[in-house]
Amino acid sequence: MSFVPGSDAISQIISIVFYGVFIVFIFYGQRIQMYVMIREVEGSLFKLKYIKEEGRKIAIETIKEIGKPQTDPSTRVDRYLEYFTISPQSMDPAGIVYKLDHILDVRDTRLKDEVKIMAPASDEVQVNNLENTLEAAMALNFIYKVVRHYYIQGKKTLSLYIIMQLQMILPLVMKEAEAYASALKAFAYGQPIGDGAGPLVAAKLMHGYETRKLPKDCVVASVPIEGRNAFIIKAEGPGGNVGKPGDAVKAVIEENEGKIASVIMIDAGLKLEGETVGEVAEGIGAAIGGPGVDQFKIEDAVVEYHIPINAVIVKEDIGDAVSPMRKEIADSADKVIDRVKNVILERTKEGDNVIIVGVGNTIGIGQ
Amino acid sequence: MSDTSQSSAPTKMSTYLLMIVLIVLALSIVSLIFSVSAFVEGNELVAGYLLVIGFIAMGLAGYVLFQSRKRVASMKIEAPKVMTTVECRKCGFKSIREFQRGDFVFKDLNPCQKCDDTMIITGIYKEVKEKEKTYGV
Repeated sequence: MSFVPGSDAISQIISIVFYGVFIVFIFYGQRIQMYVMIREVEGSLFKLKYIKEEGRKIAIETIKEIGKPQTDPSTRVDRYLEYFTISPQSMDPAGIVYKLDHILDVRDTRLKDEVKIMAPASDEVQVNNLENTLEAAMALNFIYKVVRHYYIQGKKTLSLYIIMQLQMILPLVMKEAEAYASALKAFAYGQPIGDGAGPLVAAKLMHGYETRKLPKDCVVASVPIEGRNAFIIKAEGPGGNVGKPGDAVKAVIEENEGKIASVIMIDAGLKLEGETVGEVAEGIGAAIGGPGVDQFKIEDAVVEYHIPINAVIVKEDIGDAVSPMRKEIADSADKVIDRVKNVILERTKEGDNVIIVGVGNTIGIGQ
Repeated sequence: MSDTSQSSAPTKMSTYLLMIVLIVLALSIVSLIFSVSAFVEGNELVAGYLLVIGFIAMGLAGYVLFQSRKRVASMKIEAPKVMTTVECRKCGFKSIREFQRGDFVFKDLNPCQKCDDTMIITGIYKEVKEKEKTYGV
């Protein structure tokens, strides 16, 4: 039988192979595509597993080095990595912010207590740094488990759509995981991270002035700037800590009976691709991330007393935000101070009270 | 100096993968030997086929080995070099050194070499050498 009339044996074999491949692709094309995707996901999962294991190892080593525990902390670390937080029921959303606030407070206390048990020789700053290290390891553990879940589910059901969705978001997931991986070492060593842009500016403004504590884990200093009285607020450093700027701002506003001319918030903001790291931008509103509790409290307080709220952000991507602070971000602190002074001059009068809040993780930044 | 510049990597690639690569490599060598023997016997067509099969298999094995090593290498968690700027507020004397555990911004350090005033840490940062791609836009 001849598939290609008038040709030699080799051409016929090639033709048969060609038809064979064509038929296979008609019936099994999607499946082959799926196997290629599965292989790709598998590679990333392998990398995630390695990063997660490294995270755990770094956390355990740091605890042993700093905390000098009597027993091996590995079991406790493994238990810590599996901790979860259940967000409050939102069917009736009234009062949900305070419920969430309470749950986050309980979580924070519980995790800090765990760290103190694991690392009995560590001081307050080290406890905060270790907590941050463990939280980064916890995030890596969670990312790995979620990706593994969808990978196994996709393989079990052989569903192209499960695998396809996973493969599509994988570059972003990997970017986040890599960011947490670099955060681990920064937290373990107590180095300032990109998210500390706000606290760095606040620290530069308040350095040399007397500070006092504010609820919760925040400090405030009264600093004269351009003839105004500025209350500079930041989380208490140099341990890894974001504090509760919502409560701190509310406390200062209430102490001054609402006589505040402006609230200026400084934070790290996510940059879009194409924008430069360390670029400074100005805007309106409460510049603060996280679960939204502090943003709610600040907005609530400024609305009550009709206080204008301004924001200055330092642009950076997620990788820069959690890894050691880049020079561009550190250098942008002076530009931010100029912008803040500009806002004060343009938006307030001499003798006014102003609140300046440096939002972010103050790890490696004192005051 | 600090101990922050260490990096860790997995020590080896998957044994299973390595075994397959080695088998393919061995078969490709066998194919090349057979190719030479077929050529000596005067069977040039078979020798040619075996030669092509041998080289393709050898190329594939090399490629898989290279890719796996690349993947293993790309999994290192690099700790970037972090620098600390130490400054004297009085005389302006400035020095930059590698980060040491315990450093933090605005930490008071030893007296200044020049004026004996207390020196403080004014900055801790990492320098990123490579420039971000702009993709021509």
